[in-house]
Amino acid sequence: MDFSIFQQYGPALLRGFGITILCWILGTIFGMGLGLLIALVQRYAPRWVRWIIQAYIEIIRGTPFLVQLFVLYYGGPLIGLRLDALPAGLLGLTLYGSPYFAEIFRSGFRAVPHGQIEAARAIGMTELSIVRRILLPLGLVSALPALINFSIILTKETVILSIITVPELMYQVNRMSAETFRYLEANLVLALFFWVLVETISRLGRRLETRISKHLIERT
Amino acid sequence: MFSIPVFLESFWPLVWAARYTLLISVLGIVLGLVIGTLICAARLSPYGLLRRFASVWVSFLRGVPLLVQLLVFYYTLPVIGIDIPPIAAAVICVGICASAYISEIWRGAIAALPKGQAEAATAIGMGPRDVWTRVILPQAFSMSLPALVNELILLVKASSLVSVVGILEITRASQAQAATTFRPLEVYIAAAIIYLAINLCLAALGRYLEHRTAV
Repeated sequence: MDFSIFQQYGPALLRGFGITILCWILGTIFGMGLGLLIALVQRYAPRWVRWIIQAYIEIIRGTPFLVQLFVLYYGGPLIGLRLDALPAGLLGLTLYGSPYFAEIFRSGFRAVPHGQIEAARAIGMTELSIVRRILLPLGLVSALPALINFSIILTKETVILSIITVPELMYQVNRMSAETFRYLEANLVLALFFWVLVETISRLGRRLETRISKHLIERT
Repeated sequence: MFSIPVFLESFWPLVWAARYTLLISVLGIVLGLVIGTLICAARLSPYGLLRRFASVWVSFLRGVPLLVQLLVFYYTLPVIGIDIPPIAAAVICVGICASAYISEIWRGAIAALPKGQAEAATAIGMGPRDVWTRVILPQAFSMSLPALVNELILLVKASSLVSVVGILEITRASQAQAATTFRPLEVYIAAAIIYLAINLCLAALGRYLEHRTAV
């Protein structure tokens, strides 16, 4: 094994790492936003809208992320959706994550005691302020562990973007190994890297969880 | 524009390629069950070293993307002088990855069993072996069936990644079709529909099992 190649390719790898993190953060934020929107719409929209959304959820959850990316990136131009690799990847990540986030938010909202909402209605709060002041704060706290968990899963999905040539870490590693024929070392290091990354994020997530849910435990 | 004839024409070769998707996911989950059971046993064992090994195994396989695992596995085999067909390599890799998740499913199911069950069995004079094989494991198994079906759905989707190591399953076949017909939209949508059909059937099976075990 020979690890000296990492010196030469250091800058490219760092750039790739930056794009991986960018994709992860933006994909998580947009996916969470869209997911929240879906969960809220599903709560209040008429039945036919709910059906359409349910179909969307089933389609995204029933197909591989890779195939979704192919439809978007290679099939998109045929219907006039011409995107570069990075925006296509981000859009794909957002669409892919949204139904999972929506389900998490939905079960978070379901955990809000119904009496709270009825009480709010009884004292004359508008539907909008019920969402803003009761449903969201209470629902988010109970959804937090699952939200963190799925965000961690998304870090691992970002490597699939390399297949549609988004220049993230895995793409750079593949290029490096194709030029130097050091496939084993490169992929081994990548595996170790992801292990450390995922472990670190899940530790941080656990700490955040205990911090945010501390008041719940103190009160009971 | 979307062309229906191209779409229909690309459909059947992909359905035919689905046999590899199914083969890899089903064999993958069977292998995952075997290894996952061993890992779960190691995790619950009284030996510290075994427990440590099992927890590193689970954390590594759950922390590293499957695509990276596949490539590491694929490039390691020739280095250590093992030459096996790509499909076998893919099944082993998918199975090893699944074992981490399955061992956690087992662990969760065993932990969810009321403690009184094992205590009651011991109290009426069953030995530790009988307690496990007749009381804990059967119940844990039927409890975790829906989760296992869910894992199978995940594997069907994950098996699309083995296309990068050149196995002609649905995704790889659709890439080849898209390259020859220049109609990626129709071809990839057809591929998505086949995956969706497989997974909706599996999801229905999962709901049926859940319903049955809930009674």
